[in-house]
Amino acid sequence: MKNILVIILSVFAKLAIAQESIEMADRMRADGKIYVVVAIVATILIGLFIYLFSIDRRLNKLEKNN
Amino acid sequence: MKNWWKILALLLLLFTVIGGFLIEVPNQVILYETIRNLYFHVPMWFSMIFLFLLSVIYSVKHLSSSNMEHDLIAKQMVNTGIVFGILGLVTGSIWAKFTWGAYWTNDIKLNGSAITMLVYFAYLILRSSMDEEQKRGRIAAVYNIFAFVMLIVFIGVLPRMYDSLHPGNGGNPAFDSYDLDSNMRLVFYPAVIGWILLSLWIANLNIRLNKLKDKEE
Repeated sequence: MKNILVIILSVFAKLAIAQESIEMADRMRADGKIYVVVAIVATILIGLFIYLFSIDRRLNKLEKNN
Repeated sequence: MKNWWKILALLLLLFTVIGGFLIEVPNQVILYETIRNLYFHVPMWFSMIFLFLLSVIYSVKHLSSSNMEHDLIAKQMVNTGIVFGILGLVTGSIWAKFTWGAYWTNDIKLNGSAITMLVYFAYLILRSSMDEEQKRGRIAAVYNIFAFVMLIVFIGVLPRMYDSLHPGNGGNPAFDSYDLDSNMRLVFYPAVIGWILLSLWIANLNIRLNKLKDKEE
């Protein structure tokens, strides 16, 4: 009888721990704002790569002239 | 198409920022959403180590060939690698402030990476202290081999031997392979390849620029 009580209590304890869930930034995602950040970072990335390609092309020209 | 790997770098990094922000990650206390730093902070170090490895390979090549071009490549790989190392230090420091509450702690991983950066700063200072080309090339190459050994010790070996607060403790210095679920791997591997390709491209631009500069002199 005592054993059964211990098992039941420990199951309750485990459930209590499980319910204390870790708070992630789910709200930010729900509000849809994270997509704005992703769009901005992607834009910056594309911009930087365009810049790199243009430097690459200018270097190519210089190398051909030499 | 000669530039395919540059376009590949762009595509991989676009995937990294889109997937890196939007794909589900494991929920963990303390880390929370900063676990996504794995896609941005850790590849900085991977890129740095990759460039330093290429640098030491060219240093060995220079020692056996005395080709000055190899020396130039070795130097510019270090130059670009240091940029990525500084980015790694700064991003790590920002992250530490918001998870540990301090920009810097005397953690073995933090100090190890800082010492490694100093060792490579010394490489550049050593180079600038000598005028004679052949001699500079040879001494710098020998020092570069020593520097890479130091990097292995401070980034690869010592962090595995001591306790640390840094994620991935007691195993890999950067992350715990058991923390990484398949979702994270899906983004992490493309991220590492993408950032390494980008660092390689910047180093390549640097090398070509300095070759042109040498020709003009």
